[in-house]
Amino acid sequence: MHGFAFDVSHMLAGGLVLASFMMLYQDRLYALINVLALHALILALSVAWQAYIQNAPHLYITAAIALVFKALVVPWALRRMVFRLGIHREIETVVSIGLTMLAGIGLVALSLMVMLPVTAHADPVAREDIAMALSVVLIGLLMMVTRRNAVSQVAGFLSLENGVNLAATGAQGMPLVVEISVAFSILIAFIVIGIFLFRIRERFDTVDLEALDQFRGERQ
Amino acid sequence: MAIFSGLALLLCFGLLAGPTGGYAFDAVREVHPLPGTAALALILALIGTGSKAGVVPLHAWLPLAHPAAPSHVSALMSGVMTKVAVYGFVRIVFDLLATPTAWSGILVLAVGGITAVLGVLYALMEHDLKRLLAYHTVENIGIIFIGLGLALAFGANGLATAAALALTAALFHAFNHSVFKSLLFFGAGAVLTATGERDMDHLGGLIHRMPKTAFAFLVGCVAISALPPLNGFVSEWLTFQAILLHPDLPQWGFKIMIPADGALLALSAALAAACFVKAFGVTFLGRPRTAPATDARETDRCSLAAMFVFSGLCLLAGIFPGVLIDLLAPVVQTVTGAHMPTQLGVAWLSIVPIESARSSYNGLLVFLFIGASASLAVLAIHRFASRALRRGPAWDCGFPDPRPATQYTSGSFAQPIRRVFGAVVFRTHETVTMPPPGDIRPARIEKHISDVIWDVFYAPVAGAVWYVAEVLNHLQFLTIRRYLGFVFAALVILLLALVLWQ
Amino acid sequence: MIQGLLVQGVQMALVLLLAPLLTGLVRKVKARFQRRRGPSLIQPYRDLKRLLGKEVVLAENASWLFRVAPYVIFAVTWVAAALVPTFATGLLFSWSGDLIAITALLGSARFAQALAAMDIGTSFGGIGASREVMIASLAEPAMLMIVLSVALIAGSTQLSTIADYMAFSAVGLRVSLALGLVALIIVALAENGRIPVDNPATHLELTMVHEAMVLEYSGRHLAMIELAASLKLLLYVSVIACLFFPVGLAYGYVVGLVLYLVKLGVAGVLLGVFEMSIAKMRVFRVPNFLGIALMLGLLGVLLRFVSEGM
Repeated sequence: MHGFAFDVSHMLAGGLVLASFMMLYQDRLYALINVLALHALILALSVAWQAYIQNAPHLYITAAIALVFKALVVPWALRRMVFRLGIHREIETVVSIGLTMLAGIGLVALSLMVMLPVTAHADPVAREDIAMALSVVLIGLLMMVTRRNAVSQVAGFLSLENGVNLAATGAQGMPLVVEISVAFSILIAFIVIGIFLFRIRERFDTVDLEALDQFRGERQ
Repeated sequence: MAIFSGLALLLCFGLLAGPTGGYAFDAVREVHPLPGTAALALILALIGTGSKAGVVPLHAWLPLAHPAAPSHVSALMSGVMTKVAVYGFVRIVFDLLATPTAWSGILVLAVGGITAVLGVLYALMEHDLKRLLAYHTVENIGIIFIGLGLALAFGANGLATAAALALTAALFHAFNHSVFKSLLFFGAGAVLTATGERDMDHLGGLIHRMPKTAFAFLVGCVAISALPPLNGFVSEWLTFQAILLHPDLPQWGFKIMIPADGALLALSAALAAACFVKAFGVTFLGRPRTAPATDARETDRCSLAAMFVFSGLCLLAGIFPGVLIDLLAPVVQTVTGAHMPTQLGVAWLSIVPIESARSSYNGLLVFLFIGASASLAVLAIHRFASRALRRGPAWDCGFPDPRPATQYTSGSFAQPIRRVFGAVVFRTHETVTMPPPGDIRPARIEKHISDVIWDVFYAPVAGAVWYVAEVLNHLQFLTIRRYLGFVFAALVILLLALVLWQ
Repeated sequence: MIQGLLVQGVQMALVLLLAPLLTGLVRKVKARFQRRRGPSLIQPYRDLKRLLGKEVVLAENASWLFRVAPYVIFAVTWVAAALVPTFATGLLFSWSGDLIAITALLGSARFAQALAAMDIGTSFGGIGASREVMIASLAEPAMLMIVLSVALIAGSTQLSTIADYMAFSAVGLRVSLALGLVALIIVALAENGRIPVDNPATHLELTMVHEAMVLEYSGRHLAMIELAASLKLLLYVSVIACLFFPVGLAYGYVVGLVLYLVKLGVAGVLLGVFEMSIAKMRVFRVPNFLGIALMLGLLGVLLRFVSEGM
């Protein structure tokens, strides 16, 4: 029988996978941003729980960064960006939502198949967390690949980073300096993406990637 | 396709016979082939028997051949002929090649699952009654192969009782399918004889003109949709119990494939129920759409007797499944080396596939309960409720239209499912042309369905065969000198081969 | 044996009596949220009594199937509801049908309902039946996947055994159970025709699924179908309570009954609140919604196959 601590961390990792699936399901931008905030909130709870059971107080700071930054600041900034850019609020998908979710299930199966045999001798708390974290990363990538809207690609990228965070905290040994540097680089990337989105919008009047593709001149 | 499958089977037998060349079963059982040879023999057996049974992608002949025959022969073809192929597969793979391997289990599971779902999706797109039934045969063969794949999976891991349960489920389903598919084909034949129509969109309202046929056909529809208390449910229940039996199979392929097959099995059962609501509803219910449907007459007593015998069998097999399971036990024992626990002594005639604490089902009690509840309801209603009844025109929200064309056709009934599943599997799309106001032309809707399997597997082969035939056609028009040259070259080559071989 | 029969009989009567009350509670909660006083809690009983006393108006081309179907639907749903443990487990006939049988019995009821809808030959019947089978083609596999994942944890598909296992073994929090709970709630909403899948109070054909199927029914037939629908809602609430919140099922009949009534009350209030907080979906968004339930169920089964701990 596994302990209560194990069960709760497991539940939070599963909740993160569930939130990733919910992001795949959304087809409206504001709802997607809300689910992104939820994703970051679950990550913050998970990291805080890991801090509690591993007795690692620096992880509390990581959890606080995740909460303030990714659950509050970033979604607020994204909402403002959507409003200012006047991006139309429907997200077009490359393949239907049903097929995307089926692909998501396949990716979860794949990450379980890869991670569980490889970490057969590791700490049981860590192994299943890492398998779930890999699935969150893969589903984030799937979102970036199957969406035509630049903001939804940003959302996929951020959820991918959440997955990486989950793996790092679960593996017991993420020093604070690594977390801060990763967070800063994400911040820089985010600001750059924001600037580029504004410039693209100024220039081409749209941020729909299919339309932008035509402007590259390679396809008519 | 028949020649192709015969070729595969002949090659398989050749591989099984081994160096001694004895084809008797005893001789073949003595030969212990190398794993590579055994693998090749299994794949050839799967292709050969699967093609005769109607496994995707080798099923293309089935919906063309089965409807073309007279209906009682179609019943024989779907009910019996395909089961001979299943028998062949069980005999070759389980008996002669007696060592089940993990990858063969995965292969058969995958093939079975895909066949089940694709078969029923094809059936949903159909509006010809007999083609719909033929595609359902494909689906049920898929379900049987899922059971066989589970038996292989458990056998490969040495779990003989679990393999026995899976094999019993597969054989039970084979029996069930023979019974209810024959019943359904008899019903379709009765409809065809009475109206001359096979297209569901030209029928309708036959429940008033052919009530007894409609009742027997209804029993068949309920049975094939795996609804309790009839027999289709029992074999599906046994298959699910087999799926639940050993989640700790070590191979990763099984860990992924068995849950996926469970989902595909559940999906195919739900879609089959949808398809038979469509088949019965459009053909027998509603209002007649054409003159032949309005003038239909009930079939003769012999056909009705045959249909009622099969309906009775469906009910009996659903209520007393333990009897059938015990009858199948000796077969399962010889093939897998174990059998399910004897069902005859279980209290109240339930079936207990593994142990009573785990799961059990009692068809008789469910049937009696439903009967008792219905009787209680009837009694209560007749005591306490008003008995008044008045006939009038249909309500239809206050604007009833007497024309039968306002009813749902088979295509319109299947439209939601076609939109959800068909867009993925068949690349369906609909084009609607609406004439502008004032134009008296009718609006048109065109549905485009592309058969992916035909386009990917059969059309290239057909194209290649045509191409080769065209090229070889030149051989028909050679001069005498060239023909002589051919004979001369063949002779020289054979002599050279003789020289080199020595 | 006699006591067992008596308890089973009490269970069957109990589900029949409580079903309209649950429906009344949901309607009352929804009305309160809309700042209306709402109908009284026993209004569904009054509705049933009124319908039973009315004359049946039957279409001219209705067949015997149209008249028999309400009895079949009611009987099958009642049997399925009687198989679910409400205030105690281990009832006398609870081993005659497990969760898979209960799901299939509800499928039989739906089959009969869809056929009855097609019987008169109006386009409303067709629209109701075709949408209902589309929803069922996704909801039923999702339900079976949930059943499989719970059965893999508890080691059985018998509801009594599962309830005992969940109540007593230290199951802990399992990811597949959480996924199963979310999926089961989605399936319950779809199967009972609740918002966001279907509006049980609609009068607009475009939004109808269940209402379109029963459009031609009146009088005592309609009363039986309405009662069957309430029974189905009670059944799903009982299944959720039995699988995921099996508190009190083994502490004797009286405690079990009181706790069961509490669970029903909580479920009714939560359902009313949920229905008021979101809007009904377009019909072709429902397959995506149910697709989530199917994916979650499949994921739950997959996780159980892969690792014991999940």
